[in-house]
Amino acid sequence: MTNIEIAGIKRRKATDSIFRYIVYGLTFTCLAVVFIILFYIFEKGITCIDWNMFSKLPKPVGESGGGVLNAIVGSLMIVSVAALIAIPLGVAVGVYLAEKRGKLAADRVSIAIDVLQGVPSIVIGMVVYVWMVKPLGENGFSSLSGSIALAIMMLPPVVKNTEETLVLIPTTIKEAALGLGASEFRMTMKILLPTGIGGIFTGCMLGIARIAGEVAPLLFTAFGNPYLNFNILKPVSTLPHIIFNYGTSPYDDWQRIAWGSSVILVSLILILNFIVKFFESKWKVQF
Amino acid sequence: MQTNKGRVLQNKIFLKSIGGSAIFVTLLLVVFFFTLFIASWPAIKANGLSFLWGKTWDPINDHYGMLPFLIGTLITSFLALIISAPFSISAALFLGEYFPKGIIPNIFRNVIELLAAIPSIVYGFWGLFTIVPLVRSLEMKLGVPAMGLGIFSASLVLSIMLIPYSVSLIRQVISMTPVQLKEAAYSLGATRMEVIMKVILPANLSGISAGFLLSLGRALGETMAVTVLIGNATKLPTGIFSPSNTMASLIANEFSEAVGNVYSASLVEIGLLLFVVTTIINLIGRIIIKRFSVKL
Repeated sequence: MTNIEIAGIKRRKATDSIFRYIVYGLTFTCLAVVFIILFYIFEKGITCIDWNMFSKLPKPVGESGGGVLNAIVGSLMIVSVAALIAIPLGVAVGVYLAEKRGKLAADRVSIAIDVLQGVPSIVIGMVVYVWMVKPLGENGFSSLSGSIALAIMMLPPVVKNTEETLVLIPTTIKEAALGLGASEFRMTMKILLPTGIGGIFTGCMLGIARIAGEVAPLLFTAFGNPYLNFNILKPVSTLPHIIFNYGTSPYDDWQRIAWGSSVILVSLILILNFIVKFFESKWKVQF
Repeated sequence: MQTNKGRVLQNKIFLKSIGGSAIFVTLLLVVFFFTLFIASWPAIKANGLSFLWGKTWDPINDHYGMLPFLIGTLITSFLALIISAPFSISAALFLGEYFPKGIIPNIFRNVIELLAAIPSIVYGFWGLFTIVPLVRSLEMKLGVPAMGLGIFSASLVLSIMLIPYSVSLIRQVISMTPVQLKEAAYSLGATRMEVIMKVILPANLSGISAGFLLSLGRALGETMAVTVLIGNATKLPTGIFSPSNTMASLIANEFSEAVGNVYSASLVEIGLLLFVVTTIINLIGRIIIKRFSVKL
């Protein structure tokens, strides 16, 4: 080989390793960002958490020691009602998609689900406002309307995870059940859903993790409420709502509450994600 | 036999109800469109077409034009996409090409996906305390009015929020590259960089673009973080540091206080446009990316 060719190979090898280091560097920056953000939130917020956070209602500006009991109750209420609406509906659609896979109608439905996933949350909030809040006038804001907005957001992950799990179940098992004279209903209830429960559970957890931190659709549906409220027809506060209202306020006491709420909320969502990761590998349908 | 009849009926109801649920969910999108359209009708009638390019947003005199927010949305979203692109492509190459298997890359992937778990409002709150002071000192050095809040701060935080989505989509596209293509290039003596630049990226160009398109759709609709960071101004933005509003953040800021029929209907009209645009973007992106059998 001539010297020129060797020099060319060396140059190409050098650019290759430079390129590799750039790729590594940028990837590690991404990873570092995750830790910087989480560390900052926990460092700021962990000292703001005390028993008062969980047991007291918010106090007016200037008085320290208030809590976010109203928002914790509100979040639990709004998310559980949303889950109650979204899970049965989402699982039903998932069963439909898995059964009719490959047919045109099922394809249309699954496109709709993907598009629904991309609809901005604030637009969903607006639609539910027009449906449920506006017609009732002044007293229209309610926890229920917030739950409906969040249920719509929760549908796509539930539907997709249900479908993906059920599709993995071999046709032979389904045919065995049908061959014994079971109806599609019994086959779904006794074979499909119990076998795929892991994937369905994963989908529900992912859906809950997705909606637990949402506030955009709640701005004009659940609206927020400084008092404790258990009535789903009345407005409620949620944790993310508290972070929005108190975090953007100029008062130190309120910002402390917002930091504490951020830590509670982020920990909850991270735990849900870990549960999902854990069960995803454990409960995966395998044949 | 009663039981048999009962079971047949039960089964019929079951099949009808899963079919009905599927139709219901599909119709939701159509219902969304008509709900928004009807609710924004007073504004469409009052504002006319000039709503789209009108520069002034003046609720007091009932004069509405959405150009400032259209520009604000486009600058914020594209800037965020441009900032995040090198990072997403690198991380996607790292996880899809350099280290596609193994425990450590798997951990890396899950760590990056954690970014998607942090709620939008927490990003905004975090950005308010970290990114905003940084941007403010940058602005002081550059000699522009140092407000900190503005398009640039919002874009920076938004770019972090986009990374998990674009990495996940692009990684899946890249890892679907046929092995023969790569091996052919390697056998001709190409280095890894040459394989990436001349085979993997060009072969997957449409899939990668679709990944960015879907991320763009997400950026357009992202609300809370942007609302906190963008500075809530209704004037036409003059540069990337000026405070502004995106379509989504304007709705978040003003909709619950909007009094007057035309005012609130104008905000719904902006919501309608946002819905139509994100739906089209998602449809196109999905159609392209499904060819790569990517999981959305």
